[in-house]
Amino acid sequence: MSLDVVAENAKEMRRKIISMVTQAGSGHPGGSLSAADILAELYFDAMRIDPSNPKWEDRDRLILSKGHAAPALYAALALKGFFPVEELDNLRKLGSRLQGHPDMKKLPGVDMSSGSLGQGLSAANGMALAGRLDNKDYYVYVIMGDGENQEGQVWEAAMFAAHYRLDHVIAFVDHNRLQIDGLITDVMSPEPLEEKWQSFGWHVQKIDGHNLEQIAAAIAAAKQVKERPSVIIADTIKGKGVSFMENQASWHGSAPKQQQAEQALSELA
Amino acid sequence: MEEKKKIATREAYGKTLAELAATDKNLVVLDADLSKSTKTADFAAVAPERFFNVGIAEQNMIGVAAGLAACGKTPFVSSFAIFAVGRAFEQIRNSVAHPQLNVKIAATHAGITVGEDGGTHQSIEDISLMRTLPNMTVVVPADAIETEQAVKALAAYQGPAYLRLGRLATPQINDENYQFKLGETVLLRPGRDIAIFACGMMVAVALEAAELLAQESISATVINVHTIKPLDIDAVVESAGLCGAAISVEEHSIYGGLGSAIAEALAENCSVPFARVGIDDKFGQSGSPDALLRAYGLTPTVIATRAKAVIARKNAK
Repeated sequence: MSLDVVAENAKEMRRKIISMVTQAGSGHPGGSLSAADILAELYFDAMRIDPSNPKWEDRDRLILSKGHAAPALYAALALKGFFPVEELDNLRKLGSRLQGHPDMKKLPGVDMSSGSLGQGLSAANGMALAGRLDNKDYYVYVIMGDGENQEGQVWEAAMFAAHYRLDHVIAFVDHNRLQIDGLITDVMSPEPLEEKWQSFGWHVQKIDGHNLEQIAAAIAAAKQVKERPSVIIADTIKGKGVSFMENQASWHGSAPKQQQAEQALSELA
Repeated sequence: MEEKKKIATREAYGKTLAELAATDKNLVVLDADLSKSTKTADFAAVAPERFFNVGIAEQNMIGVAAGLAACGKTPFVSSFAIFAVGRAFEQIRNSVAHPQLNVKIAATHAGITVGEDGGTHQSIEDISLMRTLPNMTVVVPADAIETEQAVKALAAYQGPAYLRLGRLATPQINDENYQFKLGETVLLRPGRDIAIFACGMMVAVALEAAELLAQESISATVINVHTIKPLDIDAVVESAGLCGAAISVEEHSIYGGLGSAIAEALAENCSVPFARVGIDDKFGQSGSPDALLRAYGLTPTVIATRAKAVIARKNAK
């Protein structure tokens, strides 16, 4: 698919993120906007998926390990056709399939429940192992936060993926440099991330996480890597696309007011 | 009584996994560097391609199992109870129980009969932790025969489950004709005066206590509550009601385990005099398993004494 179409979907995803978080009155816009281009490239170009058959055994899987970016995932899934776009308005409401963090038992297209940070890469390892046992060629994508790399379990999982040569695991680190309490380097630095992942035996790429060509090229390159898992450290901007949200930790977990939403949507027109 | 060979439930676990390897091709087994102790090495020996050692990394082990289960595999994961359940509790909660994934956590070395390794390694709270989780089934087999059948039943069952196993070789209370039914208690000895509810290795000890009581013309019912969750509430309430008195016996803290489950069922359905025998809000310590069982009051004599005190409360009514 042409990257123009991906770009259109990425912009529409950002609009949906703003409107659904505003409607819900809570949620995580900052990290949803930073991951939007990566998710758009995956769902509208790279991934082998079929919205009419969400449990297809041969599908590529995606685990949103930074599950608080659920609005970005939901926007991608709805626009791709996994469920009606109108349902995005139900985000975080009682009885909704769109839980505050992704729930695989409720929503079609969610491959793994997530939200408690640090757990997604382990599940991806299990899915990749299962694929190997079953002689399937699907890929398992994981989106982690950079702050999430402070969790010990991430490094247990990193060791495991390299030890078992899981070359069908492709992880992204959404490197927006901010976490709830501020800069990741002030709170508890996980840097240098490239060297850490390299030393754990991973194939490492560093890209601009808002450049669709770079994202697509990095995925293609990761698929060429044999016998090693791949991580793509994507430099991003928290709140990308909305001027007053960009690079502000305060927009990690707060919803815009109606007037702010209108401004954001006009910027994303 | 005829002398039967003592076998640890972990031994039966390893043998059963190895047996299932041939017929259940979806079965995969994970261990965290304790496969010789948990006996998952028996499975690794016959199905090495479906055995994954994760190293000393229990949190990742649970997550890997969740991913395998999400792709249709039936993972059994093993470590010592203190690590499998204690270290990885939140991974079990959020990556397994919440999404209802088909992961079996089979933990060995539960309770104080771990022995000389001491309190840091003796899990006395795992039943409690697992019992609080929605979607989680909790099974504590009493002997090797029951373990074998429980492993097979859990392999066939779809959903998260916790299987609590021991290190110590313990007496066999069931014979080859035994039929394990998930969620159903087993009446081992009928009686009139008090119902003794026990699980795990304490079932055999409870049967000995019933013998002691019989010598004093006290007739005790002994019931094996191998499935702590979902609890066979009807059977528990019926037995306790018939006897008018009840006691629980477990190698676990009296907070949150079998005793709590029975107390909850009785308080809501059939209030009779009741006592819990278990580990009374203390950590374990080093010692031989037998010395520890005596030191912590998990003996036939203590159970009989406590039972008589409960019966006295009933008779004082």
